[in-house]
Amino acid sequence: MEHALQPKNVDVLIVGAGPAGLAAAIAAREAGAENLLVLEREPEMGGILKQCIHNGFGLHRFKEELTGPEYAQRDIDRVKELGIEVRCGTTVLEVTADRQVTAISRDRGVQVFRAGAVILAMGCRERPRGALAIPGTRCAGIFSAGTAQKYVNLEGYMPGRRVVILGSGDIGLIMARRMTLQGAKVLACVEIMPYSSGLNRNIVQCLHDYNIPLMLNHTVVDIQGRERLTGVTVAKVDEHRKPIPGTETHFDCDTLLLSVGLIPENELSKQAGVPLSSATQGAVVDDTLQTEIPGIFACGNVLHVHDLVDFVSAESFKAGKAAAEYAAGRKIGSKIAPVADGTGVRGVVPQKIRIPDANSPAEAIQLMFRPACVYENATIRVLDGDTEIYKVKKRILAPGEMADLTLKPETVRALSGEKITVLIDADGEVCAWNK
Amino acid sequence: MEQMITCINCPIGCRMTVNVDNGQVVSITGNGCKRGIEYAAQESVAPKRMVTAVVSVTGRKTPVSVKTRTPIPKEKIFDCMAAIENAKIEPPVRMGDVICKNVCDTGVDVIATKTVL
Amino acid sequence: METEILVIGGGVIGCATARELSAYQAKVTVLERGPDVASGASKANSGIVHAGFDAKPGSAKAHFNVEGSRMYEAYCRSVGAPYTQPGAMVLAFDEEQRAHVEKLYRQGLENGVKGLSVLERDQVLALEPNTNPEVVCALLAATSGLTSPYELTCALADHAAVNGTRFLMDTEVTSITWENDRYRVATSRGEMAADIVINCAGVQSAKLHNQLSEKKYTITPRKGEYYLLDRENKPLFSHTMFQTPSKMGKGVLVSPTVHNSLLLGPSAMDVTDSGDVSTTAEALRLVRDKAMLTWPGENLRSVITTFAGMRAHEQGDDFIVGAIEGLKGAYEAVGIESPGLTAAPAIGKALCEQIVAEKDLKPKAEWLPAPKLPKAFAAMTNEERQHACEENPENGVLVCRCEQVTEAEVRAAIRRPVGARSIDGVKRRTRAGMGRCQGGFCSPRVLEILCEELGVSPTAITKDGGEGYVLAGTLAEIARKEDA
Repeated sequence: MEHALQPKNVDVLIVGAGPAGLAAAIAAREAGAENLLVLEREPEMGGILKQCIHNGFGLHRFKEELTGPEYAQRDIDRVKELGIEVRCGTTVLEVTADRQVTAISRDRGVQVFRAGAVILAMGCRERPRGALAIPGTRCAGIFSAGTAQKYVNLEGYMPGRRVVILGSGDIGLIMARRMTLQGAKVLACVEIMPYSSGLNRNIVQCLHDYNIPLMLNHTVVDIQGRERLTGVTVAKVDEHRKPIPGTETHFDCDTLLLSVGLIPENELSKQAGVPLSSATQGAVVDDTLQTEIPGIFACGNVLHVHDLVDFVSAESFKAGKAAAEYAAGRKIGSKIAPVADGTGVRGVVPQKIRIPDANSPAEAIQLMFRPACVYENATIRVLDGDTEIYKVKKRILAPGEMADLTLKPETVRALSGEKITVLIDADGEVCAWNK
Repeated sequence: MEQMITCINCPIGCRMTVNVDNGQVVSITGNGCKRGIEYAAQESVAPKRMVTAVVSVTGRKTPVSVKTRTPIPKEKIFDCMAAIENAKIEPPVRMGDVICKNVCDTGVDVIATKTVL
Repeated sequence: METEILVIGGGVIGCATARELSAYQAKVTVLERGPDVASGASKANSGIVHAGFDAKPGSAKAHFNVEGSRMYEAYCRSVGAPYTQPGAMVLAFDEEQRAHVEKLYRQGLENGVKGLSVLERDQVLALEPNTNPEVVCALLAATSGLTSPYELTCALADHAAVNGTRFLMDTEVTSITWENDRYRVATSRGEMAADIVINCAGVQSAKLHNQLSEKKYTITPRKGEYYLLDRENKPLFSHTMFQTPSKMGKGVLVSPTVHNSLLLGPSAMDVTDSGDVSTTAEALRLVRDKAMLTWPGENLRSVITTFAGMRAHEQGDDFIVGAIEGLKGAYEAVGIESPGLTAAPAIGKALCEQIVAEKDLKPKAEWLPAPKLPKAFAAMTNEERQHACEENPENGVLVCRCEQVTEAEVRAAIRRPVGARSIDGVKRRTRAGMGRCQGGFCSPRVLEILCEELGVSPTAITKDGGEGYVLAGTLAEIARKEDA
């Protein structure tokens, strides 16, 4: 074995070979990074797309509707074509602020690298039942929707036969359909909010198509079953999302799937001292996706949870290019304008914009965020200090669909350096609900 | 006959009203764009859906993911699933290989969406 | 004919006792009604090794607590179970509680507890800055420790097993009678006979005792519920933080675990169904509210799970340890609620010594040491990890990334003398699945490894024994509505 603990130099090191890591690697190579390494803990590349066998991916990027594996394969093929080294079955154990990365694998044991730039692309994890503290027993038969999806699509096993789904996010909706098609009975999709956070197309194609009731303003208040789940109790909630006594209904079921939130997987980032935003649970970054630690970049779901993989790829291309430039020594010092969440806006990314100086080219900058609730016919406004620099009217804005806007290069060049605020102006109307 | 249809083509989700007479679309209102009209016309008369699933591959732990090449009539979804389940696949199977030709007489093939060697 | 001993109950008390007896010439079998050792209260408690100031002087609780506390560090080391000694504080928030703290101090001295002192407010806040600034004073108990109760129980079981002890799981004792100079024990798996029976049946120990003895005991199952919070880079509290106790028990505490997670709880509610360890909205709310007195900055954002345990509270409010009055060869530990975990080493030792003396058991020629557990991967340096990989490449494969558990560790947990047979069995021995994602990432892989090691199909694997299957069937089986 090579002297394993001797650090090996790498220009750009990417943690994760899911859609974010793959796109970042491609962009980094195309921007000139030769000594490039991607570390992936699973045995295969592709990340979560491997188990997303449904279609709906790539409409924006490829103008085609692909399934998850097909979308991933495009980038996997390109990575191979470019001869980029990807080490699968390799878990990163530590990233330090001075960009030393320690990883481990079966074949090579402990590996240590010193990277010119690091790109964090670890994706996200699912919120478990325990984090919601749902009362009841801790029986078998409770799965996060993604874990159930893994069993069904990658292993060929059904978690159960009679299913209740908590949470109407896309993963829950997709699994409602998936389980139904495989012969399970899906009794209900229970959603605590007054609206679903999933895409409309999924509500139609996953719930309406199969007559699965969507119970808005409801939540699971008790779980029964000593060894295996036997049932759940569901109750209506009030405007504070608290269960209303007396509104309980009971479902006999053997499976509870949870689709109750995705959390960016930032353990490595925290240990490296990368400051995180509480609004996104991901790193604070500037418009090149660089975190507040020089040379460490973040993209994809680890930065903020996306709805569409096409946007993950676009964002990750930016990060890859920027990381390659950083590693090559092309660091641009410039004035920074902070970007803040205004009313109705949650988790604007990036949280900082570099204002190019007179000699540097100005580029368009895309800002992404989630609306705090559902709005109809509201206006997104961007303020530079007190001055409005951008305005657009939107027919529909919903928390389940990440919003984005692009500031033109000339707008970016003209920024004052004061705080930029992104807000939603709903003409006094607070929130409208889906039907 | 009047039908309410929610378009699924983009996040706006226009709610359209479709009038159908004798299996023919008479009028569509409420759409925000042309794609909406196409979708509503199809959906109200002969709704179609893509079907995606997995099929086990002999001797392999991981099944191969598959899809209908194009949408098939909605009422044939479960029959399509049964046909997919009955398919016997030997490795290697490559992305794009036909798993079920002309599934349930829809004229649409079910194809593999990944490669399992 | 070798003396045959049946230990009824595979919790920490039963395993501690069996482990001591395994040094002697006797055929020992542990009968456990659950699917694994540590199936009852032993897997669902605070993990605190109490200093001993809380127990009434002269009581059996005080005696076994203090002795156990003194034994604990060496005891854990001898079987490879984790132990730390961060100390504990009992907080007083007004002058009435101050009087109570001072009473506990004197009581502790009377019980023979070392390392006790009373701190004033500023000293408390200097040591624990996240404490409620309205604290007035606190009892500091430097000898208060932490362990992992299920890791300890499993390690004790393994030590007993390598010395010949048999463990029968899913075996519930339904009746014991004395017939023809032996004990006839009817179980859910058939009948057994023994010369000596030892009742370590936890919440069922009074029921078992009452079958054998004229004198009756009454156990009231008392449920306690907890929150478990994720570990932080900088711990919120280093000490175990108590509030002044009430008649229902030690009250709601805020405490690090031996693995640096944070526990809030337990509540205390008397129930009728001793097997119902479901959590409830009411008790969890109570825990949340009470914990805030200690930790006003309480933030449940990083809760990773909740759980409940069942205490075996005996009416007389004390442990009953020793020979069952009026019987030959029947021994017991009844009513072992808190400080039961702390008392376990001392109870095991006492019961063994008594049995050895009364039954004249001879020591074995060789008492094998406990199987050496390798250092946890999570605690290794990179050099140690490199070495571990060179010895076994499976040390380079991370199965649980939240708790950093390797494939080698998962396989070892299944191969141990009293090895894991379920997802939770692996979890209790390795911590895989105990972290912030609660098994979302690792459980499919753990399931796969269990199938390989046990030679069974995926649908045979359970979360924690019995009917708790994880997977209902293959896609084909469910689609065709077949039974797996």
